[in-house]
Amino acid sequence: MNTAGRDKGMQPLLEVENLVKTYSRRRLAGSGEGVRALDGVSFSIFRGTTLAIVGESGSGKSTLAFCLACLEKPTSGAIRFEDKDIVTLSEKDLRAIRRQMQLIFQDPASSFNPRWGVGEILIEPLALQGNLGRDEMRTRAHALLEQVGLSSSMEAKLASELSGGQRQRLAIARALMLEPKVLILDEALSALDCSVQAQIANLLVDLQSSCGMTYLFITHDLAMAAHLADEIAVMSKGRIVEHGAPNKILNQPQSVITRELLAAVPRLGFAGTRVAES
Amino acid sequence: MGNYPWFAHRHVFLVQFGVLLQHASMGSILEIRDLRVAYRSRNGDLSRALDGVSFFLGPGEVLGVLGESGSGKSTLALSLLGLLPRDSVVASGAVLFQGRDLLKAEPRELQAIRGKNISLIFQEPSVALHPTMRVGRQVRQILDAHGMGDRDELVRRTREVFETLFAEEAERIARSYPHQLSGGQRQRVLIAQAIACRPSVVIADEPTASLDPTTQKEILDVFRGLRKNLGLTMIFITHNPALLSGFADRVLVFYAGRVAELGPAKRVLTSPKHPYTQALFRSIPPLDEPHDAGERSLPTIPPDPNRSFPPRSGCPFEPRCPERMEICKSRDPGFVSLSESHMVSCFRYENQ
Repeated sequence: MNTAGRDKGMQPLLEVENLVKTYSRRRLAGSGEGVRALDGVSFSIFRGTTLAIVGESGSGKSTLAFCLACLEKPTSGAIRFEDKDIVTLSEKDLRAIRRQMQLIFQDPASSFNPRWGVGEILIEPLALQGNLGRDEMRTRAHALLEQVGLSSSMEAKLASELSGGQRQRLAIARALMLEPKVLILDEALSALDCSVQAQIANLLVDLQSSCGMTYLFITHDLAMAAHLADEIAVMSKGRIVEHGAPNKILNQPQSVITRELLAAVPRLGFAGTRVAES
Repeated sequence: MGNYPWFAHRHVFLVQFGVLLQHASMGSILEIRDLRVAYRSRNGDLSRALDGVSFFLGPGEVLGVLGESGSGKSTLALSLLGLLPRDSVVASGAVLFQGRDLLKAEPRELQAIRGKNISLIFQEPSVALHPTMRVGRQVRQILDAHGMGDRDELVRRTREVFETLFAEEAERIARSYPHQLSGGQRQRVLIAQAIACRPSVVIADEPTASLDPTTQKEILDVFRGLRKNLGLTMIFITHNPALLSGFADRVLVFYAGRVAELGPAKRVLTSPKHPYTQALFRSIPPLDEPHDAGERSLPTIPPDPNRSFPPRSGCPFEPRCPERMEICKSRDPGFVSLSESHMVSCFRYENQ
């Protein structure tokens, strides 16, 4: 899909160019040296496709997510979203952009108020924007609950009463309330059980085929990255060391980092993995 | 009085024990017999966490315990150490360690056993360590608490443990604070704490869950090394079956607080027999053959429609089972032995 977009000369939805993010580390005496969390990262994502970013912890994946979601200001470089450079935008203009790029974290439990009901949690982001009436917001909340595989009768439940998988579905529903164009998933499946991971992965695939959602899927799970993504970018020390189609990355890894990552993945010698359930 | 939990009245299949414990007589270190634990909610209802669990652990063995969240894995770990929270009810069962039933042990006895004879490694290394104390001291404290010698002896033993886990870096790491260490190093400090007193059994509850694959592998290699050099006996609890391959000797699959399948790791991991184990493994995307363009949905286990309802009779996996039969609804499957050491709790295999 991605290459198709490129062939037709389509504009990428999101384009990152030479992104650098330096965190300064202050010492007690003298000026501190900087830590380059991102050291010249460039890539582009086309509408309706998935780019997976894989790498060890500390490779800069999460910093990248934060920069894209406009939660951190990059030190230099450009992030073009629909051809607009969002790095230079004012805080006011950023608000409009932020709703179009929603971030989903590893543990949604810590991003919900445990005493709030599911309904309130869903409506809050919209209420903050303040464009819709209460009834309209509720209708949308119901529709989204159904879409992510929770029933609308769950509206009255408390966030703390949900299971891990249900909470992650709710996090996705809340992100979708604002009708974003891009979902940035930062280790969004990592804390879930294998069987629940599969359910949420399927939900992501369904949303992509029904609404043309675009994903930036940040993970250290290479198998899941290969399953979901059209392209994989391997990061190490703030740089992208390898970028290509999943098949290529898995079968003909070029960089040492990718080979190491692949070698570290524990494998299950189970042969029946591809058996389709009737 | 008379307020026994519902499952205390249940008929106990003694035959099951017989099968499960047939090797137990030959020197098992730890033996769990028909353990039933429930949690009492605020309104007094009981929900079962462990529902008749029996197994044994042989010396030098690594037993992998596999199960999804809520299946009772962590309750098992806690009950082996007498650390169950106050709202739990142990309805029946025994945890036998060196001839003693830990469930009946006095708090002081347990205190002496924990960390010294049986130790636990938790999931989250950043929470389990004291943030403002050098990690060397945190290991030494454990040796001290169990009276492992005078000051010089404690220092010597601490150094020894750090050398086992960190080789040349031992001294530097021991002098560090937790925040100066990486996730993998912190996890190794927890392992140092756990093995400092040379315990007979180490229980690791998702010890690598928060680590990336490279660090995960590093920690697994640490365990492999310890096992080879110290003959460590271990219960390794995880939800990721791939971690157990090439590491565990036997695998015990948990479902809804029960043993669904128990057998040699190689067998269970490559050709699982219980429909739950099979469905679980199928839901994991394979690394070696990425998806084709058209095929993007992973086989999942359908949710249990009656999940919140009071427990029913019959097999707990029946509502979600792709291979359910009429009998599964009403009767409890016992254990079927597929071979001397591989057993599965499923009616499918009863007449084979």
